[in-house]
Amino acid sequence: MDVKPDAATGVVTSSPNWLTTRLDFLVNWSRRNSLWPMPFGTACCAIEFMATAASRYDLARFGMERQAFSPRQSDVLICAGRLPFKLAPVIRKIWDQMAQPKWCISMGACASSGGIFDNYAMVQGIDTIVPVDVYVPGCPPRPEGLLYGILLLQKKIAGESVFDPTLRVEKLADSSGLFLEPATVDELSEPFGNSVHQTRSA
Amino acid sequence: MPANHSVATLQARFGDAVRHAFVSCGDTVVVIAAARVHDALAWLKSTPGEQYDYLVDLTAVEYRDRERPLEVVYQLWSLERKVLLRLKVELPKDQELEVDTVTDLWAGADWLEREVWDMFGIRFRGHPDLRRILMWENYAEGHPLRKDFPLRGRFSRAEQTRQALSGDLEAHYSLEELAIKDVTP
Repeated sequence: MDVKPDAATGVVTSSPNWLTTRLDFLVNWSRRNSLWPMPFGTACCAIEFMATAASRYDLARFGMERQAFSPRQSDVLICAGRLPFKLAPVIRKIWDQMAQPKWCISMGACASSGGIFDNYAMVQGIDTIVPVDVYVPGCPPRPEGLLYGILLLQKKIAGESVFDPTLRVEKLADSSGLFLEPATVDELSEPFGNSVHQTRSA
Repeated sequence: MPANHSVATLQARFGDAVRHAFVSCGDTVVVIAAARVHDALAWLKSTPGEQYDYLVDLTAVEYRDRERPLEVVYQLWSLERKVLLRLKVELPKDQELEVDTVTDLWAGADWLEREVWDMFGIRFRGHPDLRRILMWENYAEGHPLRKDFPLRGRFSRAEQTRQALSGDLEAHYSLEELAIKDVTP
């Protein structure tokens, strides 16, 4: 399978044939049914994550049999809880250490947007640090919520294709030391809800 | 509730250095001159009849009234006599925010004083290792618990993220950093 983007447009023009769609199906089926999570629990969401992993909700039913507390052996990073700036380089390093294919779930309001912590110490959404596939809202989300997020991720993986050259690309920091444009980071970190009434200088 | 008897003994021993004393919610509070606070604490710790041998907490306060000085608060407890005593030092904002360390009296004051330095910018003279403790090492926005500190910090979110990501992980989470120092003399 020689996949080359068109020289003029950069678009892959060869269409998936019967063989590659069957291969995609097989690869995606095996990937989505043995997602080993890398739990990055920083706060109360981690308690709900533990409940999800324990016997009553039983994460193992969905192929997450093994909690991989080693980034090298995990497939999905689950950030459960708020992320302070002090931990930002830590989660980035863990993400960089994870081997492809890898995905990320942002669990809870704080991981997704900073939540109620719109202050000097908190990252306003982990998507300014690592790319996120599924956001699970809630404060904290119930185990059902996290399970739904995981099922959504499995659905997303089922739709992936070996023909998409953008999927497995590692995004590295640019010259400014950020993984996104500074303007994008500022836009993602905009205050919202009650926090727009708080004072801000600079 | 009557004031702790240590107010009288402190006044007898340190005279004018004891600025004033009062009882708040049943706890005795003594405000003492910054220059004498180390002497007073050493005396309170070692003198029979006082024996405040346990430093419960060391923290600082900045009041909403911007004219009022910052306060460093020492909460003492006598394990022997089961008595609380609170000492306060007032540090006017137009002067150097500096007070003597008490790490030579209580080794446990080390991290408490680092926290007060980190959050309020009060220096502790003679502290063996006065670095930030809660905020990261290359944090450049000041001291967050001061009243003039904006809630979201001084820099833009992009700049904050960039500075946080530029931190050197190995420098602060290395095995050497985490190793417990040999405490035997």
